[in-house]
Amino acid sequence: MTIGKFRLPIMSSLLIWAIVWEIAGRTGASFIIPPLSRIFARIIEIVPTAAFGDALWITGKAFILGNIIAIGIGVPLGVLMGRSILADRIFLPWVNMFLSAPLSALVPVIMVVFGAGQTTIVLTVVLFAIWIVVLDARAGVRNITPSLVEMARSFGANRFQAFSKIFIWAALPEILAGVRLGLIRAVKGVVIGQLLVSIVGFGRLFEIYSSRFLMEHFWALLFVLFAFAFAINEMLAWLERRFEYFAASRN
Amino acid sequence: MTAAAAAKNQPTPRSMVEVRHISKTYPGGVEALNDISIDFAEGQLTSLLGPSGCGKTTLLKIIAGLIPASSGEVMVDGRVVTGPGPERAFVFQDFALMPWANVMRNVAFGLELKGVARSEREAVAEKYIASVGLKGFEKAYPHELSGGMRQRAGLARALAVNAKVLLMDEPFSAVDEQTRRKFQEDLLELIARERKTFLFVTHSIEEAVYVSDRIIILSHRPSQVSSIVEPAIVRGGGPDRIRRDPAYLDTVESIWQSLKRYLD
Repeated sequence: MTIGKFRLPIMSSLLIWAIVWEIAGRTGASFIIPPLSRIFARIIEIVPTAAFGDALWITGKAFILGNIIAIGIGVPLGVLMGRSILADRIFLPWVNMFLSAPLSALVPVIMVVFGAGQTTIVLTVVLFAIWIVVLDARAGVRNITPSLVEMARSFGANRFQAFSKIFIWAALPEILAGVRLGLIRAVKGVVIGQLLVSIVGFGRLFEIYSSRFLMEHFWALLFVLFAFAFAINEMLAWLERRFEYFAASRN
Repeated sequence: MTAAAAAKNQPTPRSMVEVRHISKTYPGGVEALNDISIDFAEGQLTSLLGPSGCGKTTLLKIIAGLIPASSGEVMVDGRVVTGPGPERAFVFQDFALMPWANVMRNVAFGLELKGVARSEREAVAEKYIASVGLKGFEKAYPHELSGGMRQRAGLARALAVNAKVLLMDEPFSAVDEQTRRKFQEDLLELIARERKTFLFVTHSIEEAVYVSDRIIILSHRPSQVSSIVEPAIVRGGGPDRIRRDPAYLDTVESIWQSLKRYLD
């Protein structure tokens, strides 16, 4: 969009919303909406604290571990489903069901089995992230040019070599897209897990802030999480673009 | 005299590839091949030529061990084919290069799968990259190369594993006409140098006559051997002489006459 000769940056509408928020906050219409400037001041205040550092550390651990598990299991499973009709028939209905299921409802079940602790949160992350990773890896493998598979066979590749040297690489653009979507879902997973367990990490902070009506703190924390999720998405999207050329040149 | 011409004066060479009563019916009932028996002589280039969809590629892939025959058997170098093997190497119509790997890694890939050490396999690959005329492109990626150059890499990959039999599935069909001519000329040189058995699938009559010692013409599906032509062309005089050789032109014409009836 342009105004006169001036070309507006894509995100410039955010500025207008920020002004609206600030004004709404200053009128004191509702205690839920504090002025935006004070929220940002609060971010600067909260981030260096030990409580925030601890929460970030514990959340980061659960997030990274959960994603390693989701990718470590999801990608091989997706490749297997893409290559074997039998495996596809066995797993596909479950993957599709869990992909669209309201997973938050399952977190209490995990909690009953594994207790209200870090294990439950890691498993929640896995539960949120893994299905889209499986499905995208499967789609990627099904898109492989058949002659590439024949090439590997004709030069004597065994199953492991075909998997590690051909399938993973040929499906990489789709796998990366799956991992990106998986990571975004994992952010939801880790926050929901912590909110429901509510005694660890950011979940505990959210619980403290909202129960004491510390809305500025609450928003500050939420903004930080938004920024994290956005940064993760952008990083993966950048990585995907680097591999795009060979998705286009595959056929 | 080139080596190819000299080979013709020798007594009949032994069969490197023997196809015995091969039939192939695809699931769904499409009959591609019907009781085909052919011998492919050692050290020669034999073309499989036929109307489109006649099962030439199917036959080649059965010989490669990539698809199973419904009945019959294939012997390569005296052994029955049960799957792909190191004595055969395949050149693909669509090149089948790994887009994430550079020319060096693609060409060395057959050796990489065999567990040959990196320095050793790259030395071999380098030699064949040079012999197909890709010197200087070792670090280039497939998407940076033209179609003809990609197929040169595909050919180098097949040569690098030092197989006795090279199976080429319409290798020049995805390459533009001018590049193809140059490529065919280079191929003739390579055949003379490499002393391997070449099986060459093509739908181009001119190409078959130009490069082959022997042409096997297949009939319409389900394919049978329709006739076998051995072009009596003297290959000594260079590419221009061959293309103007009356024997070349007559062979092209007579094959065209025999294939014409399959076109309806």
